[in-house]
Amino acid sequence: MHKMIHRRALLQAGGALIVSFSLPLGQAKAQPAAGTKTVSPDRVDGFLAIAADGRITVYSGKVDLGTGVRTALSQIVAEELDVPMRNVTVVEGDTEVTPDQGTTSGSFSIQNGGMQLRWASATARREILRRAATRARRDVSSLSIHDGVVIAGSGQRLPIGSLVDGTTLALKIDEDAPVKAPADYALVGKPVRRLDIPDKVTARFTFMQDFKLPGMLHGRVVRPSGVGATLISYDASSISHIPDVVKVVRINNFLGVVAKSEWSAIKAAQLLAVTWSKWEGLPDQTKIWEHVRSTPIVRDDIASRVGASRSAFAAAPRKLSATYDFAIHTHGSIGPSCAVASFDDGKLTCWTASQAAHDLRKQLAAMLAIAQGDVRCIYVEGAGCYGRNGHEDAAADAALLARAVGAPVRAQWMRADEHGWDPKGPPTLLDMRAGIEQEGAITAWESELIVPDGAAGLVALTGADLAGLDSLGKLSPGGVLNDLAIPYRVPNVTTTAHRLASTPLRPAWIRSPGRLQNTFANESFFDEIAAEVGADPLDIRLKYLADARGKELLERLARLSQWRERPKPDRNADLVTGRGLAYVKYELVRTYVGVVAEVEVNRRTGELAAKRFYVAHDCGQIINPDGLRNQIEGCIVQTVSRTLKEEVTFDRSMVTSLDWASYPILTFPQIPEILIDLIDRPQEVPWGGGEPTCAVVPSAIGGAVFEATGVRLRSVPFTPAKVLAALKAV
Amino acid sequence: MAATSLNVNGRTVSVTVDDPDTPLLYVLRNEFGLHGPRFGCGLGQCGACTVHVDGAAVRSCVTPLSAVTGRIVTLEGLGTDANPHPVQQAFIDEQAVQCGYCINGMIMQSAALLARNPKPSEQDVKTELANNLCRCGTHLRIVRAVMRAAGA
Repeated sequence: MHKMIHRRALLQAGGALIVSFSLPLGQAKAQPAAGTKTVSPDRVDGFLAIAADGRITVYSGKVDLGTGVRTALSQIVAEELDVPMRNVTVVEGDTEVTPDQGTTSGSFSIQNGGMQLRWASATARREILRRAATRARRDVSSLSIHDGVVIAGSGQRLPIGSLVDGTTLALKIDEDAPVKAPADYALVGKPVRRLDIPDKVTARFTFMQDFKLPGMLHGRVVRPSGVGATLISYDASSISHIPDVVKVVRINNFLGVVAKSEWSAIKAAQLLAVTWSKWEGLPDQTKIWEHVRSTPIVRDDIASRVGASRSAFAAAPRKLSATYDFAIHTHGSIGPSCAVASFDDGKLTCWTASQAAHDLRKQLAAMLAIAQGDVRCIYVEGAGCYGRNGHEDAAADAALLARAVGAPVRAQWMRADEHGWDPKGPPTLLDMRAGIEQEGAITAWESELIVPDGAAGLVALTGADLAGLDSLGKLSPGGVLNDLAIPYRVPNVTTTAHRLASTPLRPAWIRSPGRLQNTFANESFFDEIAAEVGADPLDIRLKYLADARGKELLERLARLSQWRERPKPDRNADLVTGRGLAYVKYELVRTYVGVVAEVEVNRRTGELAAKRFYVAHDCGQIINPDGLRNQIEGCIVQTVSRTLKEEVTFDRSMVTSLDWASYPILTFPQIPEILIDLIDRPQEVPWGGGEPTCAVVPSAIGGAVFEATGVRLRSVPFTPAKVLAALKAV
Repeated sequence: MAATSLNVNGRTVSVTVDDPDTPLLYVLRNEFGLHGPRFGCGLGQCGACTVHVDGAAVRSCVTPLSAVTGRIVTLEGLGTDANPHPVQQAFIDEQAVQCGYCINGMIMQSAALLARNPKPSEQDVKTELANNLCRCGTHLRIVRAVMRAAGA
C-alpha cells in the first residue's frame, strides 16, 4: 500500500533538455540544477517551451496559491497559441527554470503574470506562423492555427511541434505582437473547469504537506515562550525515552528536534524540557491603541493632496471627525506551514509553498551564507496562505535542521506554531476629519493613517532571527498606503500616513493589506458624512464620483440589490435588518467593486449576522468567470469572518490565540448568501480579482448596522460586546 | 511493540508502531501513504483529518491507533477518479474547491451525513459541517455540492 513512487521526468522541450518534476507523486529526489534553460522574463523561452510532440510547457513565476490561477494561465496560453488546454503543462515557481515574476500577491497573477504569458505566446505564435509560411511557401496572412496545427490551405497541415527547434523561441518578447481579438476567443472568458479539482477531491493531489524525499527525517521546532525570550537551557534526557529521535538542534535561540518518525518528532518537541528567559516586552493588549499612538513615528507619507485641506477644514461651518481601528489578524491557513530541505554537496534544494520562491532563495542564501546559485527553491502548492504566512519561515526551519543533521528534513509547523508565529496583519488606526458646508457640500477631507513603516519587502525569517543569522528581513507590512487616497471629488484633500518604527508582532501582508483597513475607514466615514447631510449612501457616492465606469458599476449594484426599493428597518425591533453599501476602485487604478451587505442585528445580544451580500465587480476582461466568482465568494466570506470575529490576542510575552477555539473563524451556519453581477469587458485589459472585494466588506457591514440601529461601528472586529456598548451609548 | 491489524479501504493491513497512542492520522499518512486525511490542527478542531470508522466521521488526528477497531475508509477509499463517490463528483461539478486543503474533511463528513440521512435539508448540511473549517470561503459551493450529491 505504501508506494515508493519515484518518478523523474525528462522532457525534451524546445530543443533544450529540461529537468522537471511531475508533481502528483509525493516522492521525489533532489535534482541537479538544469542550468540550460533561460529564466529571463524578457524572452519567450523564459516562459514557454514547445516540444516536438506539440506539448507546451509554461514556466510561471506566479504560482497557484489555491486560487485556480494555474487554470486561468493555461487558458491564456492555449488561447493565444490555439492549442488544446490538455497540451499545456504549467511549471510553477522553480528558481532554476521559471522567471522571477515577483511575489504572487496583490491580485497581480493575471494582470501582470498572465499578460507576460499572453505576450510571450503571441510572440511565439507569430514566429511559428512565419516559419510555417516559409515552409509551406504561402503568405503568412493565409495561415491559421487550429488545435495546435497550422493550416496552410489545400489540406497542408503543419503541427506546431514540427515548426520549432531549440532556437525558435529564443526571442525577445514583443508586447506589440498581434494578440487574438476577444471576439475569436474559444477559451478565455469561459468557465473552464479547474485542472486541479479532480485530484484534490480524490486525494491524488500532492500538497506541500504531502511531499516526501527518500531518507527524509521529520523536524519540529520548539519556539520560545515569549517573542523575545532567549534560550537558557534544555535537557535532552527529558526525551531520551522517545525512540527515533535523531537530534536536538540548537543554534542560539533556535531550537528544534529531528526524528525518524513524525509522531516521535511531535512528542519530542512537546516533551523537551526547556528553560527560556522571562520576557514581557509586548504591550498591554487592553491599551493597544495607546501603545500604537505612543510608538515613535519614523516618517510621514502623504498619500494624496488636493487643494488646501487644513484651511478648508478650519473654515467649514460643519465638522465631522472619527477614529477607526482594525485589529491584528492572523492568516489562519488551514494547513500549518511546511517545507522540505535537502543539501547535496553544500547546495540546498528547498521545496516550499512560498508565494515568492525567488525572494526566498535570496533569504535562505543569506541565512546560510552560501551563494544564491547554490540554493534552489521549488514551489509545491500548500494550503491557502492569503499573503505572507509561515511558509517561508518553515523553509528556513527545514534548512537549518537539514544542515544540522546532514539529511533531508521536513519541517511541519504545529497549529500553535502557525497561530503563534506566522507574521500578522498589524494593528491599524485611522483618524478621519471632514469639513462640510452649511448646505451639505463636502469641502475638506483629511485622514491620518497610523501604520508600521515599510512596504511589501522581505520579511525576516523567524528561524534565522532566533539563530542569530541575517535573512535580509526588514519591517514589511505590505503596500499599506494603497487606497488611503479617496476616489471621490472633494476640493481639498490630504491623506497622510504616519509610519511607525515598530509594531508589537512581526507584521506582513494579509489579503488586501492596507486597502482593507483604509477602505473600511474611508467608506464608513463617507457614510457618516452622508448621514450628517441626510443623503442616501448610494446617491452621495454617485454625486462625488466622476468615473463613468465606477458610476455604471454602482447603478448595476443598485439594480442587483434593489437598493432604492429596500425596506426601511424597524429600529425598535429586537432583531432588525439593515443594508449598507460600499465602493472601491482598487488602488484607484484598477478593479472596481461595489457591495451591498444585508445584516441582521440582535439588539439584545449584540450579535451580528451577515445574511446576504450583493456584489458588482468589474476587473476588465474576465479570463475565467467561475474562477472569478469563486474568488469573490472567498473574499466576502473570509472578510466577514475577519470583520465579525477575528482578533489575535496576546499577553505580555506571547500570542495567546493559539488554536481555533481562541481564534474562531466563520463557520457554515454563519455564511451569507452571495449574489454577484460580473461586468465583463473583453476589450479591456484584465485586472485582478483575488482580493479587491475584501476591501469593501467591513464598511458595508458597518453601514448596514448603522441603517438598522443608528449606531456606527468603528472598531474591527464588530464583536457583540462592542455592538452592545455602542447601542447603550446612544 | 506489537503489530496492529487494521482494515483500511477494504483491505486488511498490519502496522507496527512503538506507541499505541500514535494518532491514526500519522499511521494512515506515513505508514500507508494515504494523503486524503490531512494535518490541520492536531486538536480535533478543524476537520481536515476526517476519516470514516465504520461509516462514522472521525477526527483521525485525535484518535489513538489503539482505540481503532472498526473499518477505516479514507478519501482514497471513498471513490476514485474513474469511479468517484457521488459527493466527490458533486464537488467537481460545483467546482467546490479553492485551495482544497479542507476538502477531504468536507467530503468525508458529508458522505457520512448522506449515508445516514440521504435527503438532508440545507440547514442539516450546514449543521453537519459546523465543525469543519474552511479558510478560503468555499462554504456556499460546498453546501451546493452536498445538496447536489443528495439529488436535491
